[in-house]
Amino acid sequence: MFKRYLLRRLLHAVLLLAGVSVLSFVLLELAPGDFLGEARINPQLSASTIAALQEQYGLNQSLPHKYLSWLGSVTKGSFGVSFSYNLPVSTLLWPRARKTLQLTLASLFLSWLIALPLGVLSAGRRGGWLDRGTSLVTSLLLGLPDLVLACLVLFLAVRTGWFRTGHPILPITVLVLAALPLLVRHVRSALLDVAQQPHVRAARAHGIHGMQLWFQWLLPAAANPLASLFGLSIAGLISSSLLVETILGWPGLGPLFLEAIAARDFYLVIGPVMLSAVFLVAGVLIGDLLLYLVDPRIRTGI
Amino acid sequence: MKSLPLLQKLAIAVLICLHLAVLGARFLAPYDPTEQNRASTLTAPSRIFPLGTDEFGRDQLSRMLWGGQISLATGWIATLLALGIGLTLGVAAGFWGGWSDALLMRGAELFLALPWLYLLLAVRAFLPLSLSPWAMALMIAAIIGTVGWARPARLIRGVVLSAKEREFVYAARGFGASPWRLITKHCLPETYGVLLTQAALLLPQFILAEVTLSFLGFGVAEPAVSWGNLLQPLRQISIIGGYWWMTLPVLLVVAVAWGFSALEDALASSNRANSG
Repeated sequence: MFKRYLLRRLLHAVLLLAGVSVLSFVLLELAPGDFLGEARINPQLSASTIAALQEQYGLNQSLPHKYLSWLGSVTKGSFGVSFSYNLPVSTLLWPRARKTLQLTLASLFLSWLIALPLGVLSAGRRGGWLDRGTSLVTSLLLGLPDLVLACLVLFLAVRTGWFRTGHPILPITVLVLAALPLLVRHVRSALLDVAQQPHVRAARAHGIHGMQLWFQWLLPAAANPLASLFGLSIAGLISSSLLVETILGWPGLGPLFLEAIAARDFYLVIGPVMLSAVFLVAGVLIGDLLLYLVDPRIRTGI
Repeated sequence: MKSLPLLQKLAIAVLICLHLAVLGARFLAPYDPTEQNRASTLTAPSRIFPLGTDEFGRDQLSRMLWGGQISLATGWIATLLALGIGLTLGVAAGFWGGWSDALLMRGAELFLALPWLYLLLAVRAFLPLSLSPWAMALMIAAIIGTVGWARPARLIRGVVLSAKEREFVYAARGFGASPWRLITKHCLPETYGVLLTQAALLLPQFILAEVTLSFLGFGVAEPAVSWGNLLQPLRQISIIGGYWWMTLPVLLVVAVAWGFSALEDALASSNRANSG
């Protein structure tokens, strides 16, 4: 049963990724420039040199041809060749991806570690000082873009001199602060929803309270929305890490991607786009699987 | 709208004032935003330069006012475009259903799976560099708009799907109303609430997208001014550490973000009051 569900979700994910890759190829192809844009206006390079370079990089091939040969290189694990480094994209990509993953996993762990108790406590004492304080802070944080948060953290770090730029604590702080408000709000509202349900009221009427009520009744019942939130929070962290890494000087995918863009290095641009799509889709997939594991209603649904 | 919390009212008021100030930059800005005063670079706020000057001695206040024109306009155009595409596709899919619906839902799923900031940057990279600032702003708006239609389209489809099953729509259909009339007179009015809330949600995102692009150096190029360009010097440690007035443009972005999120809250609660 689980295997079938897993296979179906995996197939869905692969189809989605294939769609994303076609779409990014088409969109990038529609935009007029290419890697040799600057070489072409360079008077020292003759037309025949340019043509040879074009041939070498495969820039004059048709879009389907480019796409298929790129797919072929994906199956071999190289993701095409970077024009400016003259290396397979994967050798450039993996070390950077590892850095990004370290950052996002640490932030994921920390943000849930903070959000879960905070959401539980503010739902438990609804309308209390902690609840009101949290809701004010989360609504203020929710509006703050990552760009602003990163600039503020950089400003504080430089002003106080506590941490050097490039220290992992800076990007992690920003990512956690960016992820926190949504998580706390959802945890709180999921628990408040659950607290109204008949089985919880019945348990309460039977005199079950305190920790036992929380861990045996409330949290398992709230697991459903929380599991899908988990997947979404991975996706959110991945997409905000691009900017945060760049501003705070963390050598992850973000800076590599911007460098590739500046050089118009086609496959090195496609690489991070696809990789972040993979992370995004994987996040949602993990959320779905968690949901399947914690919620028996889904298991019987198929 | 009567019982809005004070903070919310304040945020919306600031947002409106900001828009008015940016629109009136021609009358309000004390200097030309590109005029360089090499004798007074990076000076602190004073009576001559109310918000100080940047590293080329350009007046910060004038740059903040003029810069808003490109940033806000890009956001608004992109939002209108995304909502226009979303409305057209969403209504078509919701009203006719069948294969067009299935196609739209799959397409929307695809666009939602796109890491859109990455894609935005990537597409921008392959655009020519030598465009006039306004042509560039329009291009960026066009890209943002065409990538961002998916969420509104899905929501509008849902609204139309339920709207077309209402009794009065059946009645109108029974009286022989044309599909066009059914859509424009009966289904579209139901979508206004969603459209407004989505606009309040997308506007800050799209304004911020332009700011982010320009901040990273892939947006509107100097010497044209946009809020993203104003934030660019902050990437240098020496400037962010030493000259606090250079961080003032951050406040503009914060005001836009808070203002629109307050507006969205207000719209959502008034929608709930209307429907419930």
